[in-house]
Amino acid sequence: MADLISYMPLLMRGMVTTILLAILGLALATVFGGLGAAGKLSGGRIAKRVVWLYTSIVRGIPDIVMLLLLYFGGQRLINDIGGMLGWDYVELSKFLSGVLTIGFIYGAYLTETFRGAYLTIPRGQVEAAQALGLRPFTTLIKVSIPQLVRFALPGYANVWQVLVKSTAVVSIIGLQDLVGLANDAGKTVRQPFVFFSFVLLAYLCITFVSTTLFDWLERRTALKTHES
Amino acid sequence: MNPDLVLQNWQLFASGVWMTLQLTFLSLLIGFLIALPFGIMRARRVKYISPLINGYVYLFRGTPLLVQLYLIYYGFSQFEAVRESILWPILREAWWCALITFALNSGAYATEIIRGAISTTPKGETEAATALGMSPFQVTSLVLVPSALRRALPQYGNEVVFMLHGSAVASIITIQDILGAGRTLNAKFYVAYEGFITAALLYMAITFCLVGIFRQLEKRFLKHLDLKR
Repeated sequence: MADLISYMPLLMRGMVTTILLAILGLALATVFGGLGAAGKLSGGRIAKRVVWLYTSIVRGIPDIVMLLLLYFGGQRLINDIGGMLGWDYVELSKFLSGVLTIGFIYGAYLTETFRGAYLTIPRGQVEAAQALGLRPFTTLIKVSIPQLVRFALPGYANVWQVLVKSTAVVSIIGLQDLVGLANDAGKTVRQPFVFFSFVLLAYLCITFVSTTLFDWLERRTALKTHES
Repeated sequence: MNPDLVLQNWQLFASGVWMTLQLTFLSLLIGFLIALPFGIMRARRVKYISPLINGYVYLFRGTPLLVQLYLIYYGFSQFEAVRESILWPILREAWWCALITFALNSGAYATEIIRGAISTTPKGETEAATALGMSPFQVTSLVLVPSALRRALPQYGNEVVFMLHGSAVASIITIQDILGAGRTLNAKFYVAYEGFITAALLYMAITFCLVGIFRQLEKRFLKHLDLKR
């Protein structure tokens, strides 16, 4: 136990890395998800095919395989191209690879979330906006997106919970996140059980805090009805 | 990309596929056997037992599978008592640790799925069974559970794919599953793409087969709910 306390500053740094990885991953996934949903809803035939391919590939491959493919394969690819162009050796950052992988994977899930939420918006709302003379862009910003947030929030929260757990695998490419650091420290002081138990608790804390936060957000964005 | 390299080492991948399927399905089977009684008890809100099951479900669903695996594989060896117990020959083996972790993990997810399906069963179904003179045990085993399991099918299909993908972390503790085969190939021939791309394609192929199988099962077992088409 004393060892755990003396390693606490290090573990806390790992936790910050994990949380940053998750938040940046979610931000990137939101961008991918938004583009994917836009492509699926209003894109041409080619855009629809591309989005279909994207979501099918992501759903078929485990996150860890995607990560290794992107980190090792991507590194080789960049340097093969770079070699032809005469660049120096480029090393892909572990953190960046993690963010890219997580963003890419969960963007596919958010594509479905956003698309579903958009389709829940009653058609009459957009028609009403048009009838009032709002331009398509204004309609999107003022009418569709605010409601999209409301409808997409439960699905978005679910994706976040799965995404947070997914950050653990990034430790296998050597990222010094919570899991990676706890693994090293636990082996050094020969108390892996204590350190991994701490990691489990830390993840439970993240889950608990984010559930509370998303519940609050859902209540805030909920439609005010007579019952509430 | 050199496909010949993969073809020459097809046996490596064949045994990897076998290992992945074996781990995935054994875990799912044991997980299901855990989840059925747990799910029923959780839906029934059995005193003292339900909160314990809740804790188990919350712990395994709220934390990463990789950390659970580390805790069981590396963690338990910390204790002298474990190393000297009769369980040590099992807990020493990577394969058993993976199976135990995956089964407990799958059990937690499946418990939640079964609980959900049971608690959304229309009250009329069980009331009708009781009115026909069935005992509580008969109501549960002949009406409630079969009806709930059918409706749990789509979600359970997701859990099966989730377990297949989750099982890839076994390669980290030296198990030669599909990803393990890919990593071995890459390390042996010092290549970056071949092993991982082959592994990715194999996982995709298995995923699509499973999705297809579950679609057929749903068509068969959920026909009575498919009123629209």
